[in-house]
Amino acid sequence: MEIPYTVKPRPDTGLYNAKLGIWLFLASEVMLFGGLFSSYILLRVGADLWPHGMLSIPIGTFNTFVLIASSVTVVMAWANLKLGNPGKFKFYMAITILCALGFLSVKSYEYYVKFTHYDVWFKDDATAEKYFKAAYGEKGPEEVRELFVDRFHLHNTNAKYDPAQIQLVGHIAGNPLCTNLKKLLAAKQETIKFTADPPKGSHEHPHEIEVKLSDVQRLSAYVPAHSTFFAIYFTITALHGLHVLGGALVLAYFLFTVDKWWKKAPEQFTNRIEVGGLFWHFVDLVWIFLFPIIYLL
Amino acid sequence: MSLKAFHVVFVTASVLLSAWFSWYELSRYTDTKAAMDMWLGIGSGVAGVTLVAYGIYFLKKLKNISYL
Repeated sequence: MEIPYTVKPRPDTGLYNAKLGIWLFLASEVMLFGGLFSSYILLRVGADLWPHGMLSIPIGTFNTFVLIASSVTVVMAWANLKLGNPGKFKFYMAITILCALGFLSVKSYEYYVKFTHYDVWFKDDATAEKYFKAAYGEKGPEEVRELFVDRFHLHNTNAKYDPAQIQLVGHIAGNPLCTNLKKLLAAKQETIKFTADPPKGSHEHPHEIEVKLSDVQRLSAYVPAHSTFFAIYFTITALHGLHVLGGALVLAYFLFTVDKWWKKAPEQFTNRIEVGGLFWHFVDLVWIFLFPIIYLL
Repeated sequence: MSLKAFHVVFVTASVLLSAWFSWYELSRYTDTKAAMDMWLGIGSGVAGVTLVAYGIYFLKKLKNISYL
């Protein structure tokens, strides 16, 4: 049985069926991401403290550039099919898929960096001060407070905060992935070697210190359970990453089957590329909104 | 809406993002004096101008293809 209206427009809609189908699907995607963006905004405006500068802007910028470039190449791939040139289609589609893989690789690296970066909260102020001094010297408590004020932009607001919220930020020796206090204690570990982040305005890490786990109230990597910020950050970016992966798989299928399709049904294949390109553009457009909201504002 | 029309929308959004991001980074540079902020600001501005030129080229190249 032949599927109708894969090439010619359907008289009542004026569109071939796949195009109407992809737009209906994209409408549901708008609602999905719209709901998550709304959640982000509501969580943020309702929060007492919201961190800034937790993500690398140069890395985010690079990924934005990669996705914009991939949208250009996917359109070029489609345009070359329209012009009857499947050879150039292969070239541009291969670049599109490489861009997608590049984006996902960079995103994975970003996740890895977060999963090995830790915040440590201590049981009481006196204990915290002892470790702040051990890490940064006599001016330790001021250095840590300055990093805290900078993270939450408290110099720009009148927000009040509990000094007990101030944490030591840095890396555990050996860079364990996504560990926490419960797991470390379960492994019968009593201490950890910890290197704090450089003080504000410096790139030099202070020397490594030993932290007794009995002094620690909470220890968390930058994972979804760390805070509301990371929960919504990982939810939205992971969902977006899955869309990139799904889109790349479909486009890769088109790339590897172009010879067969081009002989059998060139116009239908060109329309399929257009539909794939529409999805790809939607995924990239989501990132165009995501990048400023999560990385910059 | 065809891929052509959606691409025009996408390029327009990208140009707006580039322009805003360029302003954002150059404003930050006036505070931080960090070379990275300056280069990101300049790079983003250049990318925005390049995208405008590309958009015009794209519209000329695909003038025979429908927006629907």
